[in-house]
Amino acid sequence: MTPVLAPAPHGADWGGVFAQYLLLSMLSIGGAISTAPEMHRYLVEQHHWLSNEQFSSMVAIAQAAPGPNLLFVAVLGWGIGGVAGMCVTMTGILLPSTTLTLLAARWGEARRSTRGVQAFVAGMAPLTVGLVLSAGFILGKPGYRDPWLLALMVATVAVCVRTKLSPLWLIAAGGLVGAFLA
Amino acid sequence: MPMPDTPNVPDAQPSKLPAADEAPSLMSAASAPPVDADAPRSVFDDDSPRVPRSPGEIFRVCTRIALQGFGGVLPIIQREWVEKERWLTREQFLELLAVAQVMPGPNVVNLALIFGDRAFGLRGAMAGLGGMLLVPLGVVLVLTVGYMHYASHPVVAGALRGMGAAAAGLIFATGIKLLSALRRNVMGWRTSLAFVALMFAGIALAGVPLIWMLAGLGLAACALARRRLAP
Repeated sequence: MTPVLAPAPHGADWGGVFAQYLLLSMLSIGGAISTAPEMHRYLVEQHHWLSNEQFSSMVAIAQAAPGPNLLFVAVLGWGIGGVAGMCVTMTGILLPSTTLTLLAARWGEARRSTRGVQAFVAGMAPLTVGLVLSAGFILGKPGYRDPWLLALMVATVAVCVRTKLSPLWLIAAGGLVGAFLA
Repeated sequence: MPMPDTPNVPDAQPSKLPAADEAPSLMSAASAPPVDADAPRSVFDDDSPRVPRSPGEIFRVCTRIALQGFGGVLPIIQREWVEKERWLTREQFLELLAVAQVMPGPNVVNLALIFGDRAFGLRGAMAGLGGMLLVPLGVVLVLTVGYMHYASHPVVAGALRGMGAAAAGLIFATGIKLLSALRRNVMGWRTSLAFVALMFAGIALAGVPLIWMLAGLGLAACALARRRLAP
């Protein structure tokens, strides 16, 4: 059951990782978490640098910690290559989007009401929602063979949709349930 | 057209009607010297009640915001910037958020960037970015190192599996909540839901790379929306 992982990236691999994250940065419309499925495909399925379980645990740590969701990128980078991995992934994910956002915000405000921008916003909206749902589905993967984890996930969805309970309590409850099941 | 008769505030011509809860600051601007006379000159609309005094203040406030944001920073930003610091009116906050959401990159990071940039240029933008990321990064790394140290302990591993399931559920639930925002979409409710389903099938079930989904489905959706927006 334990998956065989590839050795950590080295040398030229880092160029590929950096390029991948530069690209992901440009695609991260709708928030960093919407790129989680793509990172999963790249890090777990394509290169086998992380297992499904490691990937989900690392995202869980980043979600449980305070701060922007984006920090899961730093944790995954740390997971594949320590400090160097963290620097490569964080620089890659931040450089294009921050540059573009600054430039666009400086000159683009006047275009907010143009038809092109409005079409972009309206057209991308359902795709963004589909991406968020995909991220939840893919992060839940380790739980689909374990009825208890699956029940925990379904219960979390139900409570989160129906109440305004802070996500922190739901994460904490998940941790407690998981610890008792272990 | 007579010259403005309020020499203290040479360009105090609000570009839009102020919100009702901003009335006190406008009154004080008209009848008394501005409270923040020694603050850096505001580049925001003049009905913005206060301005941050330095990039350092932006950094401190953003750090404070990020450290309160468990599972979502956006509600905290709104509370701190609009209600507590009163750096922005609600309307101004919504405008910044719209830009932040349309651009690639995390919404809260983009918000801090744009806000800092408007206040102090590049230095302000970097202050906002650093405030959102630096200290929380330290916190999350300590947690990660702790996890790697104790990962083999069954209780820790179990707790992380449970937290992972809960985190996945939270994200899925966020997607469900966002569905309601599509009811007002110009493409219509059913068409929007069809695009959601196609995106989910492509990414989550078939594992198609995101860039192909955006190039295909994204272009189709934007083209359709553009046609529906035709005057």
